[in-house]
Amino acid sequence: MSDKPKGKLAFYWAASCGGCDISLLAIDEKILDVAEAFDIVLWPCATDGKVRDVEKMADGEIDVCLFNGGIRTSEQEYMAQLLRRKSKVLVAFGSCACEGCIPGLANMNTRQEVFDTVYKEGSATMPENPQDVRPQPATKMPEGTLHLPIFYDTLKTLDQTVEVDYYLPGCPPEADNIWNAIVAILESKLPPKGSVIGLNTTVCEECPRTRGEKKIKKFYRTWEIIPDEETCLLEQGLLCCGIATRAGCGALCPEVNSPCIGCHGANDGVADFGARLMSALASVIDSDDPDEIRRIIEEGIPDPVGNFYRFSLAASQLRRKKKSQNA
Amino acid sequence: MSNENFDPIIVGFFCNWCSYRAADLAGSARIKYPPNVRIIRVMCSGRVDPTFVLKALADGADGVMIAGCHPGECHYIDQNYKAMRRYEMLKHTLTAMGVEPERVRLVWASAAEGQQLAEAIGELVADVRRLGPLHWPQNWDENGQRQKALDDIVKEHEEAMEVSA
Repeated sequence: MSDKPKGKLAFYWAASCGGCDISLLAIDEKILDVAEAFDIVLWPCATDGKVRDVEKMADGEIDVCLFNGGIRTSEQEYMAQLLRRKSKVLVAFGSCACEGCIPGLANMNTRQEVFDTVYKEGSATMPENPQDVRPQPATKMPEGTLHLPIFYDTLKTLDQTVEVDYYLPGCPPEADNIWNAIVAILESKLPPKGSVIGLNTTVCEECPRTRGEKKIKKFYRTWEIIPDEETCLLEQGLLCCGIATRAGCGALCPEVNSPCIGCHGANDGVADFGARLMSALASVIDSDDPDEIRRIIEEGIPDPVGNFYRFSLAASQLRRKKKSQNA
Repeated sequence: MSNENFDPIIVGFFCNWCSYRAADLAGSARIKYPPNVRIIRVMCSGRVDPTFVLKALADGADGVMIAGCHPGECHYIDQNYKAMRRYEMLKHTLTAMGVEPERVRLVWASAAEGQQLAEAIGELVADVRRLGPLHWPQNWDENGQRQKALDDIVKEHEEAMEVSA
């Protein structure tokens, strides 16, 4: 690796928690190999690169940009467009960039509702706000006008915003897989454009539990039962997302007696994560009576969007909850 | 009402062995039903993945009809029961997403029930017309603010560049 000229690497964050930035460090001392192979031109979490410097670069000057986070504000969209233009390879890094992840669940609300929660109903960051001060896109001050980015109603994934070359799934991505991706980039052994870097099978494949015929009369929530440690969790009535989720984690959650929540995103061929789960879960309900089926579903799955689209609402077919007509 | 002139787009997923033939029968018997439904023939109502319905709605359909054989009469033994369970699951989720559950309907129609199918289509079209257009992709736009905000950032950055140079 070291005989090659140094490449340029950018690592950017948008609407995310910062866990992806930490996850890059989970490759441990190999981060030194990364630093040897690349000049890090922008990594707000760890280095002092400036947006201005990126703006001054020629198009395509950055070799690889690992982009984590969804697109929630105009500033994030601008950065996505800028980094797309300046980078040869743009990787959607982690669940937020790939499919919206937890920040994408705010697509069940509008900007107005999100702001009401934060600025009106009281939150940890703003417990009191008697004058109902809200962020304004432009504020006139004696020295000039100050601007804040526009906060969108709907969080978008990175590939709904700009063209994406590769996807690295996971919340956050696994260290092994991050390293595999970096090696593939360094050795120019990347899969076809548009690929997800990782395995193409489901978590069930990695899960050591025994699977039999699934017939369920009731869905349980995790706190309602202590599941048997040998049998498939779904067979025991727990809503396990392993059937639709891409493998790569080693079935960490089922290993410790907890159902898969789907953080590794949809496996290949799954166009809508939640629809795949709905389809599979409906098939295991042991009833032919519409009223009983309805009761099993309504009692067992009180929050269908939260369960089926916990990580993927922004990337789903519908992307968000319907906005009311007058919003 | 303003919805009277609205012509809903309905996507229909009809089972090859019964409902699709029922629609054929309605045609040959000259039974009238609204032309709003775009019928897609599937081999069984059990083939209808919830993704199909979601994609139809996301791409601009105002309603969806899934039609299959009566329970107990499935060509593939019991797949229409699967359709029934998936439909209940899907309706539960659609309601949470703010879609009126009346827009998506599961109908049983045997190959002899051209009249019943035509009536069911008529009812769905009338109900969706009353609900109004869905226009799902409109849910995603940012009321025209987005492009201006982006242009403002570019302008601001360019101005800042000029000063430093």
